[in-house]
Amino acid sequence: MPVRARPLSPHLQIYRWQVGSTLSILHRITGLALALGFLALTYWLVALAGGAAAYSSAARFFAGPLAGAALVGWTFAFFYHLLNGIRHLAWDVGVGFDRAHSRLSGLLAMLAAVLLTAGLWGFLWHVARP
Amino acid sequence: MSLRSPLGRVLGLGSAKDGTAHWWAQRVSAVALLPLTLWFLVSLLLLPGLDYASVRTWLALPTSSLLAVLLVGSLAHHSYLGTIVVVEDYVHSNGAKLLTLLLLRFAHVAAGVAATFAILRVAFGSPGS
Repeated sequence: MPVRARPLSPHLQIYRWQVGSTLSILHRITGLALALGFLALTYWLVALAGGAAAYSSAARFFAGPLAGAALVGWTFAFFYHLLNGIRHLAWDVGVGFDRAHSRLSGLLAMLAAVLLTAGLWGFLWHVARP
Repeated sequence: MSLRSPLGRVLGLGSAKDGTAHWWAQRVSAVALLPLTLWFLVSLLLLPGLDYASVRTWLALPTSSLLAVLLVGSLAHHSYLGTIVVVEDYVHSNGAKLLTLLLLRFAHVAAGVAATFAILRVAFGSPGS
């Protein structure tokens, strides 16, 4: 018996750009980035348990330009995923799911994530200065 | 050649029997991570510095080690649940999907156990050892 071709939903690129879909995709991307961040955290903890020499080599690794950029990226990913995750939890209990509120909370989450990232690294830079 | 109809073959697979368990576990671990991640970030920022002695003394405190173990456990669980959904959505070949899912499972268990073990070594070890 021939299997009938099932209808498929259209491919992603056919849709118009929207705030909601962009933020939703970004939630996934930041989540994947944070999964790598979890590995970096594990490396840091293992180095800490390994003694002063292991810790200082890990500290040198994280002080490098590439790891430094990754740390800034992880900070933004953390704040964004946290704030957008709160939006998802609110929707799950039925709060703020209408178009106007979800659009507003999405833009606020993005803005707050950028500001918190800038604030945190500005603070660290300020503290680190001699 | 199978004599079974497409419907029969689909029905034969049966239900996964876990219903909403994955969805629910992702939310529960997310709620757990809200206070745990913020505690971790604020604690690190409040330390006099991120040098070996400061971090080690702080993490060896019973409250810190306990919360840190809960953090890495929830983190491993939440990260595993999230990454397998992405693989299930975008990796379509059965072999590659199975292999990636296995790798993700092993990587998350290994990282979670390694991080927990490291915290326990700091908690029970003498400073500087």
